Amino acid sequence: MIGIEHYIVVSSILFVLGVLGIFLNRKNIIVILMAIELILLGVNINFVAFSAFLGDLTGQIFAMFVLTVAAGEAAIGLAILVIYFRGRGTIAVDDVNRMKG
Amino acid sequence: MHSILIIVFAPLLAAIVAGLGNRALGSVVAKVITTGALFLACALSWPIFLSFLGGSAEASVVPVLKWVESGTLTFDWALRVDTLTAVMLVVITTVSALVHLYSWGYMDEDPDQPRFFAYLSLFTFAMLMLVTANNLVQMFFGWEGVGLASYLLIGFWFRKPSANAAAIKAFVVNRVGDLGFMLGIFGTFLVFGTTSIPEILAAAPGMAGSSITFLGMRLDTMTILCLLLFVGAMGKSAQLGLHTWLPDAMEGPTPVSALIHAATMVTAGVFMVCRLSPMFEAAPIASGFVTFIGAATCLFAATIGTTQWDIKRVIAYSTCSQLGYMFFAAGVGAYGAAMFHLFTHAFFKALLFLGAGSVIHAMHHEQDMRYYGSLRKSIPITFWAMLAGTLAITGVGLVPLHIGFAGFHSKDAILEAAFASGSNLGNFAFWLGTIAALLTSFYSWRLMFLTFWGSPRWAESEHIQHAVHHGEHDPEHDNPPAQEDAGHAAAHHVPHPHEHDGTAGYHPHESPLTMLVPLGLLSLGAICAGFLFGPAFLEEPAFWNGSIAYDEHLMHAMHEVPGLVAWAATIVMLLGFLGAFYAYMRRTDLPARTAEQLGPIYRFVFNKWYFDELYNFIFVRPAFKLGRLFWQRGDVGLIDRFGPNGAAWVVDRGALFARRVQSGYLTSYALIMLLGLVGAVSWALA
Repeated sequence: MIGIEHYIVVSSILFVLGVLGIFLNRKNIIVILMAIELILLGVNINFVAFSAFLGDLTGQIFAMFVLTVAAGEAAIGLAILVIYFRGRGTIAVDDVNRMKG
Repeated sequence: MHSILIIVFAPLLAAIVAGLGNRALGSVVAKVITTGALFLACALSWPIFLSFLGGSAEASVVPVLKWVESGTLTFDWALRVDTLTAVMLVVITTVSALVHLYSWGYMDEDPDQPRFFAYLSLFTFAMLMLVTANNLVQMFFGWEGVGLASYLLIGFWFRKPSANAAAIKAFVVNRVGDLGFMLGIFGTFLVFGTTSIPEILAAAPGMAGSSITFLGMRLDTMTILCLLLFVGAMGKSAQLGLHTWLPDAMEGPTPVSALIHAATMVTAGVFMVCRLSPMFEAAPIASGFVTFIGAATCLFAATIGTTQWDIKRVIAYSTCSQLGYMFFAAGVGAYGAAMFHLFTHAFFKALLFLGAGSVIHAMHHEQDMRYYGSLRKSIPITFWAMLAGTLAITGVGLVPLHIGFAGFHSKDAILEAAFASGSNLGNFAFWLGTIAALLTSFYSWRLMFLTFWGSPRWAESEHIQHAVHHGEHDPEHDNPPAQEDAGHAAAHHVPHPHEHDGTAGYHPHESPLTMLVPLGLLSLGAICAGFLFGPAFLEEPAFWNGSIAYDEHLMHAMHEVPGLVAWAATIVMLLGFLGAFYAYMRRTDLPARTAEQLGPIYRFVFNKWYFDELYNFIFVRPAFKLGRLFWQRGDVGLIDRFGPNGAAWVVDRGALFARRVQSGYLTSYALIMLLGLVGAVSWALA
C-alpha cells in the first residue's frame, strides 16, 4: 500500500535534487532553471498528496497555481537567458558573476 | 582706598589693556599706559617705604577678596604691608618703572611692543602679589606668576630657536624648585594647620625640635619644612644646582634681564627666606644648608664670570654670585644684611644690565666683549653709568670713614656678619665670600676694560659688518622669520687689535634719552643707596619692626670683628682691580697665555663646570629616552596598535571577507538565501 510517507519521500528527493542542482551545477544557467522546476514539482507533489490525504481541495488548486507560475517563470527565465546570451556570448555559470552591487 | 591696592593692581590693569588691545591699540598707547601705571605705582611706593623708614607706619593687612574656605583650609586674597614688603615694593616698582621707560628706547624698532610692555607689567603685578602675600598660597600664586612672565619674556623673540630653548629650560628648571616649594607649603599646612604667614611665624619657634614622619623616616619638622621651602628658593634664585637656567635666560631682551633676572624675580627666593626667617631660625640645620649653598654659589658663579665673553652672561653669573651672598647672609642669621644687599644689588645690577643694553644697542646687537673696546669716547654717558655700577658692585669705599658706593656697605656687612656668626659654616662662607669678592672685582673690571678701554676691535664682528654694509635699520633682526643660531667660533683669545681700522668705519651712537634717564637715576641709587639706607637696614631693629627675625647680638658682633676682616673686602677688591688692569690693559697677551697654561682647569670653568653637560647626561637624555620609549613602545606599539589601528585592521579584514562573500555568483547567493530561510523557518517553528 502506498501511503503518504512515500509521497513525502519522493517530493523530498525531488526538492533536494533541485536544490543541489542549483548549488552544485557548474555548467550553465538553463540547468538552474530546470532545477527550479524540479523544486516546484516536488512542492506540487506535496500539495496534491496532502490534498488527497486530507480530503481538502485547496491543495490541488494551489498546485494548479504553482504550475501556472512555474510556466511563467520558465518563459521569463528563458527570455532573460536569450537576451543575456546575445549580450555576453555565454551562459556558463562561472562566467555569470556580475551581481556584485 | 588704600594706596597699596593701586600699587598692585594698576600694573595688572595696564597689562590687561595693553595685552588685549595689542596691535589695535598701537604701541605708543600701550607704552604710555603701562609706563604710566608703573610710575604711578612707584610714586605711591616711596611714601610707604619712607614712612616705615621714619618709623611712623605700622604693619597692616588690606583684605581684597575671599578666596578659599574649605574645612580648616582658609585663605583670602589680601595685601600685607610691613617693612619687608615696603622694601620690596620700592625695589620692584622703581626698577620696573625705569625698565619700562628704558624699553621705550631699547625696543623702539620691535614690531611687538604692546605684547612686550604687557608682559613687563604682568610680571610686575605678579611680583607685587608675591611680596604682599599674607599667606603661602598667595605667595605661591605670585611665585608662579613671575615664573610665567619670565618664561614669556625670555621667549619674547619666539622665532629664535635659542630663545625658545632658554625659555623652556627656565620653566622646567623652575618646576623642580617649585615642587620643593609646594611640598614645603603642604607640609607647613600639615604641621601648623594654616597657611597664614603671621600665624605660622608665631607658632614656628614652638615647633623647634619636634619631628614628623616623612617617607617612613623620622625627621625634624622644621628642618624638613625649611629645606623643602629652600629648594623652591634655590630654583627661583638660581642657586648652585638649579642655576643653569639663569645664564640661558639672557636670550631675552636686555631690559627683561635687568628687571627679572637681576633686580627682582631672582631675589624672590631671598625674600621668601627672609619673610619666613623665624622658621629658618628654628631650623639650624636648614640654615646651615642655606649658608653652604649660598657660599658655594657665590664662589662658583664668580669663577665662571671671569671666563665668559658675552657681556650679558658675565653679568648674569655675577647676579648668581651676588644672590649667593644674600643667601649665606640669611643663612648665618643676618637677614637685615641679606635684604640690604638685595636692595642695593637691585639698583647696581639693574644699572649694569641696562648699561650693557645700552652698549649692545650702540654696537648693533653685538654682545661679545672681544669685539668691543675703546667705547668710552663714543658713548660717554653709558660709560659713566657703567662705571658707577662697577664701583658699586665691587664695593668701593673708604673703610675708616665707612662711606662708599652701595655694594661697599652691603657686601661688607654680609662678610662681617658671616665672620661674626662664629660658626664653622660662617667662617667657610666668609672665606668663600672674600675670594668671590676678589673674582667679582676682577670680572667687573675685566668687563669695563674690554668694553670701554683699549683700541676698537669692532671690525671682526659680524653684527658691526652687517650694520656697516646693510645700513642701520633692521627691525627683523631680533626676531627673524627663520634664523639659524648665531654662534661665534669659541676663540680663546682677544682678537688682535687692528691698529689701522679696528672700527670698520662704524660709529657707535649714544642711546636715546629714554634709555639714559633710567641709567642716570639708577646710578644715583648705586652711589647713594648704601650710605643713605645702610644704618636703617643694618642697625635698627625698630625699622624691621618684627617683619624679619632680627639677631641683635649678631648685628652688634658685626662691628667687633678684627680690623683685617673689615678690610678684607676692600683689599681683595683692589687686588681684583689690579689683576684685571694688569691682564687686560698692560699685558693683553696674558689672559690667553694663562688660559693655555691652565688648560683643563680653564676649560672646566669656561664650560661652566660642565653643569649643562652633566644635567644633559643625567636628566635630559634619559628623559628623552624614556619619552621615546613611551612614544614608540607605549603609544605607537601598544595603544595605537591595539586601539585605533587594531579597530581599523578588524574592519579591513572584515571587509575583505565580505568582499569574498559577495562573489557575484547566482548560486552562492541562492545558497545563502536558502540557509537564511532555513534558519528563519526553524527559528519561527522552534
